[in-house]
Amino acid sequence: MIVENSKTILSVQGLRASIDGIDILKGIDLTVKSGEIHAIMGLNGSGKSTFAKVLAGHADYAITGGSVQFEGKNLLELPPEERARAGLFLAFQYPIEIPGVANTQFLRLAYNTVQAQRGKEELDPLEFDDFVREKMKLLEMKSDFLDRSVNEGFSGGEKKRNEILQMALLEPKLSILDEMDSGLDIDALRIVANGVNRIANKDNAIILVTHYQRLLDYIVPDYVHVMQAGCIVMTGGKELALELETRGYDWLHENRRSLSGASA
Amino acid sequence: MNATAQLDYLASLLKCWPIKQTEAQAWLNQLRMQAFDCVGTQKLPTRRDEEWRFTDISSLAPLTYQPSRPECNLQARDLERWYLKEAKHRLVFVDGHYVGHLSTVADPLQLTIGNLPDFVSSHAAILEFQLGRHAAFDRNIFTALNTAFLRDGAVICIPKNTVIAEPIHVLFVATQNEVTSYPRCLLLGEAGSQVTLIEDYVALSQSAYITNSVTEIGLAANAHAKHIRIQRDSPQAFHLASCAVSQAHASHYQSVSISLGSQISRYNLDVKLADEAAECDIDGLTLIADRQLADTHTCIDHAKPNGTSRQQHKCIVDGSAHAVFNGKIVVHPHAQRTNSSQSSRNLLLSKTAQVDTKPQLEIFADDVKCAHGATVGQLDREEIFYLESRGLSEVVARNLLTYAFAAEILSRIPIVSLKRQLEQTVLSRTRSNPS
Repeated sequence: MIVENSKTILSVQGLRASIDGIDILKGIDLTVKSGEIHAIMGLNGSGKSTFAKVLAGHADYAITGGSVQFEGKNLLELPPEERARAGLFLAFQYPIEIPGVANTQFLRLAYNTVQAQRGKEELDPLEFDDFVREKMKLLEMKSDFLDRSVNEGFSGGEKKRNEILQMALLEPKLSILDEMDSGLDIDALRIVANGVNRIANKDNAIILVTHYQRLLDYIVPDYVHVMQAGCIVMTGGKELALELETRGYDWLHENRRSLSGASA
Repeated sequence: MNATAQLDYLASLLKCWPIKQTEAQAWLNQLRMQAFDCVGTQKLPTRRDEEWRFTDISSLAPLTYQPSRPECNLQARDLERWYLKEAKHRLVFVDGHYVGHLSTVADPLQLTIGNLPDFVSSHAAILEFQLGRHAAFDRNIFTALNTAFLRDGAVICIPKNTVIAEPIHVLFVATQNEVTSYPRCLLLGEAGSQVTLIEDYVALSQSAYITNSVTEIGLAANAHAKHIRIQRDSPQAFHLASCAVSQAHASHYQSVSISLGSQISRYNLDVKLADEAAECDIDGLTLIADRQLADTHTCIDHAKPNGTSRQQHKCIVDGSAHAVFNGKIVVHPHAQRTNSSQSSRNLLLSKTAQVDTKPQLEIFADDVKCAHGATVGQLDREEIFYLESRGLSEVVARNLLTYAFAAEILSRIPIVSLKRQLEQTVLSRTRSNPS
């Protein structure tokens, strides 16, 4: 929701990043305020997943220009774990499997780490069990989720639910959901989207990174940005997503080519 | 130069060998004599020996460690930290010598369990046929030495069709400095019996010593044995060990061996599937750091048809440590329909850590299924990033992933309290506790 006079959570200005000397992000500007849901759309290779990883602090990417302010902090100076503790959350497109570590152990460790950072109370295993089971109801998860190894042998839908469960536990200020709908059937998508919608409130914000418009039927964005070749080339309301769905991305490409031609 | 040095270690040991045989049983004297003669015909192995090409034990040669003395001033409270509440039977050996007042045997009528000298007369017929017959000493100088010095030892015989529900804990404690000790175990499972043996090597101090142990396991038809072996010596110690297992028809042997390192440790596990339809499950974990060297040599010998073996070995190597895994699997010409799998996975935690892993398959039958694989790697950066993105520091993330790598092997230990102990050890070795 767009809230009047709400405070800015994320401010990205002219962000440039490269990997192995290849420029991927070529000057991104984006402002996200509390309460808002933004969608970043674009074709594969447009740089949208890179943008998500760069915000979360992935070490493979070199920042070559620009700035990112997150909750008044210089985000780019922080290692990934401090970004997470400061309230930034990335739901992975391909969540990592960790055989040998029980999900509940991992979830409690993450939860308590973030709680400690915020000066809040940590939970012992019993207290945490009650707490996490309550959150699991949001995502219609079975209790054996807790005892299984982290993501090991989980279906695509189960992995994504586990990501959103972590989002529910960690209560981030800003959640970046990378291709959350990939690999989900329609029932799983509905469950995951419902979970996200119930976590969204006027004090937090969400960035949805997605290839397809389908997800946006379930989580309705306030803004839609289109990325191409490492830049946000167009910003609009939720209707922009529908236009992309019907017209594809090619018309933007043409549009951009003429724009860049004009600026040259 | 080496020959002189070898002379020191062997000469100092052999000097101590009791010429006067006091055993009442001629067969036992004879066994020791034979072994003693075998020591004389062998030399300490060097890296020129194929079986030792990755493991340099030349630092052992100049040591003049004499056999340990049969003295023990320990009380139960000194050892309680290693006691396992699940184990009703516990045999304690201090520096290789049996200590009756620290041992507990419940239900002595249900099985034969105790110290070797107590059985040499009463069980002569069985022992003569089994002791020293599984672990060959003609080609292994350490087995020969152990057998030549054979005196005390754990003897466990499970009668036919008897199921021993509680695990048997054999605790070998090292206390003396600069000595050699000769732990010995014999486990016999008669037909249809079931047992769980925990062979546990611990140290009370940081002393330097040599443990030279031999374990023999004979499983009759359809017998089941779970064998948990924990090697947790002093960092200064040398640990040279052999275990030989003979399996009869449709018997089942499960082994979990955990090596937590010493200065140099070497474990030879030889499993012979001597009759049809025998099965074995072999899991191993080596966790070492600093300048430790840990070598595991296994040989699974499929001698008869329809055998199954499954093996998984993992090494976690930090610092400048060096782990070796040599996994030989032999399938004899008539051992058709053998089903065998072997996996060696290795995690290097530092740039100077080293691992040598060598699967060695010798297959002489044509209708067999043998899968093997070996990997050597570091912690996955994407996995670390995933955990960091959940607020965990890099150190905690690395420790959690290292722990997880080990946990797969630890999870195969069927004794909860021991598993917990080892989980804590792994966590403390990686210097941070995620729970």
